[in-house]
Amino acid sequence: MGEQREVITADPYIVGKPPARPDGKPGFAAWTEKPSDLSRPDPATCSAPDTHDHAHGLIRVLSDAADAEGEWDPKMDDATLLEGLGYMMKLRVFDDRMIKMQRTGKLSFYMRSLGEEAIAIAQTMALKEQDWIFPTYRQPGAQFVRGRNLVSMINHCVGNIEDNVKGRQMPVHYTWKEGRFISVSSPVGTQFSQAIGVAMASAYKGLDEACITWIGDGASAEGDYHYAVNFASTFKPPVILCVVNNQWAISTHQNLATGGQNFAARGLAYDIPCLRVDGNDFLAVFAATQWARQRIDAGLGPTHMELYTYRAGPHSSSDDPSVYRHADEADYWPGGDPVERLKQHAIKKGIWSEEKHSALEKILDEEIMAAYKEAVKNGDLANGPYPPASTIFTEVYEEVPWHIQEQREELGK
Amino acid sequence: MTEMNMIQALNSALDERMNADEDIVVFGEDVGFFGGVFRVTDGLQKKHGAHRIFDAPLAEGGFAAMAFGMGINGLRPVMEIQFADYIFPAYDQIVNEMAKVRHRSGGEFTCPVTIRTPAGGGIRGGHHHSQSPEAQFTHTPGLKVVYCSTPRNAKGLLTSAIECNDPVVFFEPKRCYRGPFYGDPHNVPTWKGHEDADVPEGYYEIPLGQANMVQEGDACTVIAWGTMVHVAQQAIKDCGISCDLIDLQTLVPWDRDAVVNSVKKTGRVVVVHEAPKTSGFGAEMAASIQERCFYHLEAPIERVTGWDTPFPHTTEWDYMPSPSRIAEAIKRTQEE
Repeated sequence: MGEQREVITADPYIVGKPPARPDGKPGFAAWTEKPSDLSRPDPATCSAPDTHDHAHGLIRVLSDAADAEGEWDPKMDDATLLEGLGYMMKLRVFDDRMIKMQRTGKLSFYMRSLGEEAIAIAQTMALKEQDWIFPTYRQPGAQFVRGRNLVSMINHCVGNIEDNVKGRQMPVHYTWKEGRFISVSSPVGTQFSQAIGVAMASAYKGLDEACITWIGDGASAEGDYHYAVNFASTFKPPVILCVVNNQWAISTHQNLATGGQNFAARGLAYDIPCLRVDGNDFLAVFAATQWARQRIDAGLGPTHMELYTYRAGPHSSSDDPSVYRHADEADYWPGGDPVERLKQHAIKKGIWSEEKHSALEKILDEEIMAAYKEAVKNGDLANGPYPPASTIFTEVYEEVPWHIQEQREELGK
Repeated sequence: MTEMNMIQALNSALDERMNADEDIVVFGEDVGFFGGVFRVTDGLQKKHGAHRIFDAPLAEGGFAAMAFGMGINGLRPVMEIQFADYIFPAYDQIVNEMAKVRHRSGGEFTCPVTIRTPAGGGIRGGHHHSQSPEAQFTHTPGLKVVYCSTPRNAKGLLTSAIECNDPVVFFEPKRCYRGPFYGDPHNVPTWKGHEDADVPEGYYEIPLGQANMVQEGDACTVIAWGTMVHVAQQAIKDCGISCDLIDLQTLVPWDRDAVVNSVKKTGRVVVVHEAPKTSGFGAEMAASIQERCFYHLEAPIERVTGWDTPFPHTTEWDYMPSPSRIAEAIKRTQEE
């Protein structure tokens, strides 16, 4: 059920607080949920009430001893498992490189996925290649699964002349239509309700397409979250609605964002099947998403799920969490690290080793460094060249109207 | 007097008002323990208690509605929208509800809410951390609209906004939080030593509706608000033309006498704002000036503004009005 909600004051109304501030003692209740707890209902016949326990429990596959257990075990073949591990490692190395470059001014800003790598990666792997990805800024990992060129991603982050967003958006605001990865928008939550429309359009056209979308625990307070759940309930489109509960929205802990301690079960009142999933368990995240996709295959429409995880890093390069949460809090999080957990499982299975892991890290680091060097040949934020100033004026409308044309001529670039 | 940057000045205004008036409550995203992403509310929760200053769930429309409810029931909420770009989920509550409740209820209910929001560009914020949406609110009867530019007027205007019994949208130029900005991103001073960084520690108000004559001249009237006050000041220096520089401070209701008297003296006008040109508040200024001063005008009224495009990320210095663009406009007003 998650942690007990703590409050600063109940007088004259309740104001919540996180388990620990910087001067407090961090701690989390130990997890009692086990992989054997929950059955895997038949996705083709399952109704919302059948998922009551799945919405209130925690779907796990990887046990504390790093074995894959229980009905939700997707029995993933070794090659796919190692592929997933590789993508997560690649995202982590990529993030580390980008944050280093941000410190030198080559990027204006950056947001890492640290601790949440399993989510977008396992989920995208569980979907079909024609399915739409409607991400927040914390799901760039989906692009690795879909095979996006690293140089292209870095071109965007450093805002150079080859940036496919043409220097218009902040870093990490990727767009990649070829990979069915929809443009990231800074205002939080908007994609969640828009995904309903994407899914309805696919259904209208009679295509075998689903749309997956995410929202943070903090942003689930926005109207957009509630619109989405109600519209999904009403129209039953092929959509997978994911609340990434990483517990922190910048400085706002989930205890301040809602009175309830469960995001998953909210969908039950709307007659949508709901799953609460160990978000740092690659296999559980994969299995839950595969199940949601099978419901779509069966024509049953939406699934609502909470991915319970922990934001192990700062919100962004502009953030310093040591001001508002205990510096070591991540170490106390019982959910562990998604890369480490899958790695230990692979080692236990006899298909991986510390040596292979280190060797792969080195290869990925070299690959990303090479891509970075290739990308900055096209410029970077510190040194340019930037996309030409003319890109300010184009693609505002389909055609440049006279008043914008005049302004472009006034700028004279 | 104490030397303060704009963040400290705003914090001082909130602190002074919260001490003086128990009906003031403050909320928004990250404003509680953390003290806001720009640190404007730093330390205030510890001082005034979590029931008076707290983090709202991340839902601008939700807490604007909450502010409305508190406002009509006797409290005086001050809410923060973390970036002005994120005000739009609250737009219905502000425009249809707060702005109209006095009128729609025949004066029975009033909504003394202050909506503080960092606005404007110059921080590499791209589309959604750079906009300056003042005109979306000046076009709404029932709202007062304020745009501060210095530590001193930030404190004085925020005090008046909080005391105002009408809803006030209060824009803070985030580029100027820690120092004035003269249009050169490579030379960014702090407020240290600036005369407008001297801020009274206790109660200090600047009436809403009053402009500030930043400097006086006789050849042209330059009207600006927010960050553009400083950029315009640089432009006037660069072009060497003697100008009145009017910091409008309050956009609704704007200071008719200050503007009209200046234009009657100079006969030439340049209006500067960061927001896009079309339907920007500069259009309102130009129209009103020609209505009131037509026979005093010696040249077409110039507008120097952001382009009619979204605010860019890497090319933001080609978007924001620069000293050279403003100087060119001032020079054009001097042509015979």
